[in-house]
Amino acid sequence: MTSILVATRKGLIHVEQQGGRWQPTQTAFLAEPVSMCFADHRDGSWYAALRLGHFGPKLHRSRDRGRSWQEIAVPAFAATDTSDNTDTGDKPPSVDMIWALESGGADRPGVLWAGTLPGALFRSEDSGDSWQLNRALWDMPARKEWNGGGYDLPGIHSIAVDPRDSRCLTVAISTGGIWHSSDEGRSWAHRTQGMRAAYMPPELAFEPNAQDPHRLVACPAHPDRVWVQHHNGIFRSDDAGVQWHELDHVEPSSFGFAVAVHPTDPDTAWFVPAVKDECRVPVGQRLVVTRTRDGGKHFTSLNNGLPQQHCFDLIYRHGLDVDSNGQRLVMGSTTGNLWLSEDQGDSWMMVAGHFPPIYAVRFI
Amino acid sequence: MATVRFTANLQRHLAVPECAVDAGTVRSALDSVFRDHPRLRSYVLDDQGRVRQHVAIFVDGTQIRDRQALSDPVATHSEIYVIQALSGG
Repeated sequence: MTSILVATRKGLIHVEQQGGRWQPTQTAFLAEPVSMCFADHRDGSWYAALRLGHFGPKLHRSRDRGRSWQEIAVPAFAATDTSDNTDTGDKPPSVDMIWALESGGADRPGVLWAGTLPGALFRSEDSGDSWQLNRALWDMPARKEWNGGGYDLPGIHSIAVDPRDSRCLTVAISTGGIWHSSDEGRSWAHRTQGMRAAYMPPELAFEPNAQDPHRLVACPAHPDRVWVQHHNGIFRSDDAGVQWHELDHVEPSSFGFAVAVHPTDPDTAWFVPAVKDECRVPVGQRLVVTRTRDGGKHFTSLNNGLPQQHCFDLIYRHGLDVDSNGQRLVMGSTTGNLWLSEDQGDSWMMVAGHFPPIYAVRFI
Repeated sequence: MATVRFTANLQRHLAVPECAVDAGTVRSALDSVFRDHPRLRSYVLDDQGRVRQHVAIFVDGTQIRDRQALSDPVATHSEIYVIQALSGG
């Protein structure tokens, strides 16, 4: 049965449907910040990435659906990685936070990818028992041009592995653009053609490393269709990110963080708008979800069941998810509210109103 | 032997006993503890072996100066405290 993992500022909450109601059933890591979670459908393992305030990033794995957890290796830089220090001041790098955790593909059992602050990509071939830094991406001269986006350090928050070919993966960085590899991370090329950074000086607006994709998702059944909620707009690609098209007519706003795409219909996607970067609240303090069913030609604003006054909720980049059937959506906010929709966003019900700030939601 | 004590808040995450060590510097004192408790290292030090930003270490009531190499001296009967810095919340 479908359930939900909710990564929050104060624990990992499991939300399940019991007696016809969605409700939290257990909390792991009570009071600890959980920056990311991941349920591996290949072997049933769950992962929880902690960002302990004093004691650094940690990674835990559960083999029994959250009843027990084991601390495993955390992605880390070697102590000798002092060659490039631009994104950590003068200091050699140290992992600050795990921001993305994804499967390496159906034909790569045990392979995981992790994106971190600072902007590094790590790979595990043993379900997280050990991690290796992807040197090809880390050693790129272009990485020196990356900047913090939301945090002091640049970070990798989106990792999309092509279900047709696990060697092909795309990562998105705030702020460092979008990078694609077709050889399982041995080499990388940027894919931001058509993207525009309105916050940069005009001559740098189309600079690949200046782009701030807040979140990137690819349609699982049609991976060439990729959606990006960017810092200053919504972009769509029909060729796996080679060319991007800006959708500049989205009401009430095209600013936001989260995006979810239907698992089989690449034309259907959902976004959660806020006013703008310097005013991160819902437009008119009325929370809406915007949905397109035609690839971005038209958007419908959905508000049934969502607060329509005095609302401050912001949905972070990992705070929106759609289930494997494409019918059910879950959305968690910075204000600790969790909503669920059973009808593709037409109506919403509040599952919880007193959670800690929500960093990520994922259907299991 | 010097004594190394860790904040009780670390007990939330892993067992941290009080340790008696024979060491001349904070680095050698901690390395001695980490040999018996390898998981503890990443809780106190970052990837580069520096003291984590929001961890504080005191030797005989004085906060250490060298948070990178941990070269501050330790005497035979020193008491070393590894605690959380309140800057970390």
